[in-house]
Amino acid sequence: MTNFRWLILFGPLVLFAGLVLFLLKGLGSDPTELDSALVDDPVPQFQAQDLYDTDTTYDQSVLHNGPLLMNVWATWCPTCRAEHEFLNELASRGVPIVGLNYKDDSREKAVNWLNTLGDPYTVNLFDPEGEIAFDFGVYGAPETYFIDHKGVIRYRHVGDVNERNWSNKLQGIYQQLVEEAK
Amino acid sequence: MIRTLLLALITAFLMVSFVSAEDENTRQFENEQQHETYRQLIKELRCPKCQNQNIADSNAPLAEDMRDRTYQMLKEGKSREEIINFMVARYGDFVHYQPPFTKVTSILWWGPLLILVIGLGTAIVLTRKKKAVAELTQEERERLEQLRKSRDE
Repeated sequence: MTNFRWLILFGPLVLFAGLVLFLLKGLGSDPTELDSALVDDPVPQFQAQDLYDTDTTYDQSVLHNGPLLMNVWATWCPTCRAEHEFLNELASRGVPIVGLNYKDDSREKAVNWLNTLGDPYTVNLFDPEGEIAFDFGVYGAPETYFIDHKGVIRYRHVGDVNERNWSNKLQGIYQQLVEEAK
Repeated sequence: MIRTLLLALITAFLMVSFVSAEDENTRQFENEQQHETYRQLIKELRCPKCQNQNIADSNAPLAEDMRDRTYQMLKEGKSREEIINFMVARYGDFVHYQPPFTKVTSILWWGPLLILVIGLGTAIVLTRKKKAVAELTQEERERLEQLRKSRDE
């Protein structure tokens, strides 16, 4: 009987504490950041032209020899400009990044951007109509996909990649994929 | 003067409704039913970019692409379900305004009922307990009687 009394006395308090924790978690999360529906799925099939060279085409197999990152970018996207320097830095540290140029204004603009700011990408895919991006569930730029050595999408980062979120979170995810590939 | 203002106002209103009208006008449907399915779908599908807008209302390029794709697939003879599944496969349950019943969403459906049951249960148990306390045993009654008597004296 006394146990029951304790339950009535402290049950609501425990419930309340649980509710507070739950709501607190919601407070810190950004509702515009969606989890990718493709996590743990293999990369979708596609055919893409090379950004520089119209005669070269690629398919999804360029994403199979990972682990690697696939970065979705465009010249009309200011945040892509902001993260570009850090992508160069990552490339120089030996992280392979495939670039997906997403619905850009023109091929010339995109090539010009890479010539001026540096090209961190191992492969440059050109997606003028956004059809490849659609199959990846891209809803904005920049987005960065983490793809493992089997060509499976393991994580999607929305927004810019920078020194801080790389060392806090993203590097760990990438390192784990590197470990798995060994 | 007033007439010009009114005219400007009306034009402004018309421009707003043109957004969706323009989308509908450029599309050719095989029959009224297909058109209706299209209208329903673009109302039901949610734009991932501009949250809390469906793709019919949104002007974001992504919403445009999604309307194009919806239209294209309808033309190819795809069903309503197939189109919804296609979008959900790429953009997640988020993209449909009718989320499915899953383990995660079940708490939204059963949560209120659960709270009601807990509340009623607690109320019933508490009232029953009070009743039990109010009942005196034969011994206690005699003692009470004695106490009363001793006070009267």
